[in-house]
Amino acid sequence: MISQSRAGRARFGPVLWVALGALTICVLSVCSLLVGAVPTDLATVWSAIFRFEPSETEQSVVRHLRLPRTTLALVAGCCLGVAGAITQGVTRNPLGGPGILGINAGAAFAMVTAIHGLNIVTPAGYVWFAFLGAAGAGSLVYFVARAGSGGVTPVKLALAGAVVTALLSAWTSTLLLLDEETLDEARFWLAGSLVGRGTEEMRLLTPLIAVALVGALLMGGALNAFALGEERAASLGQRIGTFRFFAGSISISLAASAVAIAGPVAFIGLAVPHIARSLVGPDYRWITVLSMLIGSSLLLGADIVGRVVVSPRELQVGIVTALIGAPFLIYLVRSRKLAEL
Amino acid sequence: MITFGLANPSPSFLLYFFSGVLVALFLVNKSRAVASKACVLRFGKLSLLFDLRILKLCISTSVLLFLLFLFGLETGEYPIPRLKAIATAFWDRNNEFEFVVNSLRLPRVLTAMLTGFCLAISGALFQSLLGNPLVSPDVIGINSGAALCAVFVLAAGGDIGLLPWAAFVGAAVTALSIYSLSWKTGISPGRLILVGIAVNALLASGVTYVMVKYPIERVVAAARWQAGSLFGVSWTEVGTLSVSVIVLTPLALLLMRRLRILQLGDDIASGLGLRVEWERMGLIVLAAALAAVAVAAVGPLGFVALLVPHMVRLVVGQVTGGALLLTGLVGALFLLACDLVAQQLFAPTTLPVGIITAAIGGPYFLFILVRSNNAL
Repeated sequence: MISQSRAGRARFGPVLWVALGALTICVLSVCSLLVGAVPTDLATVWSAIFRFEPSETEQSVVRHLRLPRTTLALVAGCCLGVAGAITQGVTRNPLGGPGILGINAGAAFAMVTAIHGLNIVTPAGYVWFAFLGAAGAGSLVYFVARAGSGGVTPVKLALAGAVVTALLSAWTSTLLLLDEETLDEARFWLAGSLVGRGTEEMRLLTPLIAVALVGALLMGGALNAFALGEERAASLGQRIGTFRFFAGSISISLAASAVAIAGPVAFIGLAVPHIARSLVGPDYRWITVLSMLIGSSLLLGADIVGRVVVSPRELQVGIVTALIGAPFLIYLVRSRKLAEL
Repeated sequence: MITFGLANPSPSFLLYFFSGVLVALFLVNKSRAVASKACVLRFGKLSLLFDLRILKLCISTSVLLFLLFLFGLETGEYPIPRLKAIATAFWDRNNEFEFVVNSLRLPRVLTAMLTGFCLAISGALFQSLLGNPLVSPDVIGINSGAALCAVFVLAAGGDIGLLPWAAFVGAAVTALSIYSLSWKTGISPGRLILVGIAVNALLASGVTYVMVKYPIERVVAAARWQAGSLFGVSWTEVGTLSVSVIVLTPLALLLMRRLRILQLGDDIASGLGLRVEWERMGLIVLAAALAAVAVAAVGPLGFVALLVPHMVRLVVGQVTGGALLLTGLVGALFLLACDLVAQQLFAPTTLPVGIITAAIGGPYFLFILVRSNNAL
């Protein structure tokens, strides 16, 4: 009887959380369309979306500035959340996250190189560089942490990430110094910002993101098996090498796309899977779904906070997420969970 | 073809560079063969126990350092007849090269040496204090703490004289917060590294905020400083650095005894009558202060504090007072060499020295990480 009711709750719980996540996203999206330097009310937002009059300034602010920005936050947050969940699953490591893996620094380095060295200034050009740089840095960190005895441990992963980040940012800042214009162009992107950018990049990357997200959702079962340990997963019939390759490609594609769209946004990918895990338990089929929703809402929420706290100026979303995320990482390190995973 | 608007390295530079590398490798190899021998020096009731081997190594490093110092005076963009620069620096003041040598090259060379000295000793203190070869002030965020305060002073247009103090306050506060945040019935190196990385990220985002908040003219100064550059250092930096070195180095050497007892483990150390937490806190503040003065002078220079103590340990093993001094000297040598490479590699364009230390230190560190067998 007891086990039945538990099973019932376990089935019911995740659905509830997913519904709640979807609701949060809706509420936050409306807030994101409402809040900003130009005051707007609900009626304006409604007509900006459904009965758009280009002559009305307030409506075009909502339509041309806030709507793209909101979409951007939702997509990038979703990518980061799922990327974090899969990274943590495949490295079997609670500290897996794009920021920790040096992915942000890799993207920044490649993008600045492309702008400065190859004179590529259109998003369509440098988005692929950001993507390649992110993928390269992520793989390097993973392989360094995996080499040597003892496999991937949290500390090795974090240290390898920190050093690759330091190395790449030294090169990035040198390139920026050689050229003041690039510095002026890049410094806002480097802070992680959603203002006036990313739509073109997002259009280019949408097919890739869609494929990777579908792949991620299908991967839940395999991640569950892998969570039991490599040997057990293998004895359950999983092909470890293939699985690693696919999971790694998916998570790096998602993280790299997010960086290309929104700039180096820290800690979302790290924190989201932990929140999801604490809500729905260790089942990766639910963790991936919920990570999408939480990731979107967290990034959107951070963006709204950034617009409100120093109004009328804005705090870049990457700075807000670091301010929230770093204390979370410290909490995580201090809690017992680090040893358990 | 990627071009960055940089000239190709000149053949004479490449010749110097590769012969320098070969000489360095040869000397490291030789120095391993020097036999260890304990000696005692007595003055009445005072006695000093030292290892003859480390003394020899210190002396030879100092000789090398002096040669490189002279070489540093001779090299630069402005053409000066051979040996004229050395003469100008030491005895022949009244000639047309006086400004170039005494106001540009001499402070730069001295700052490089003193900064390298401070960073290397700071790194050695952190590494032996926490019993982990992978800890250094740049990885765990001490440099970022100093950088945040200093960048703020620079970008807000504050007085340059405030820079060292701001950097010190930033570094010390960061060091103490990392220490207390990773405290949990004791300090585990792994936890401290992870907390440090988190704090580092937090402070780095603070630096980013300062960078986007202020107008581009001021940000350029902060950005140049942040890349770790010896460009445009003056006698002011040399003054601050030498005072700090003169005050802090003897302090570090005095505390070395305590440090070696602490390395036996907290239980044994407190059994031997040490107030473990206070001693450790004092050492951390000292190490942070050394990092801070260096950061204030040249910016958050990565990898020197990580790399140099590690290289010295490969040769001499255990950290003692003498080994600490040797680490400082090797740090001075290393940073001076890096700065010469940064100046000459793409001459006439000067690179920030931070990129050279990162280019050498980054791969080396990843290599140690791959090889490390400790349960991290």
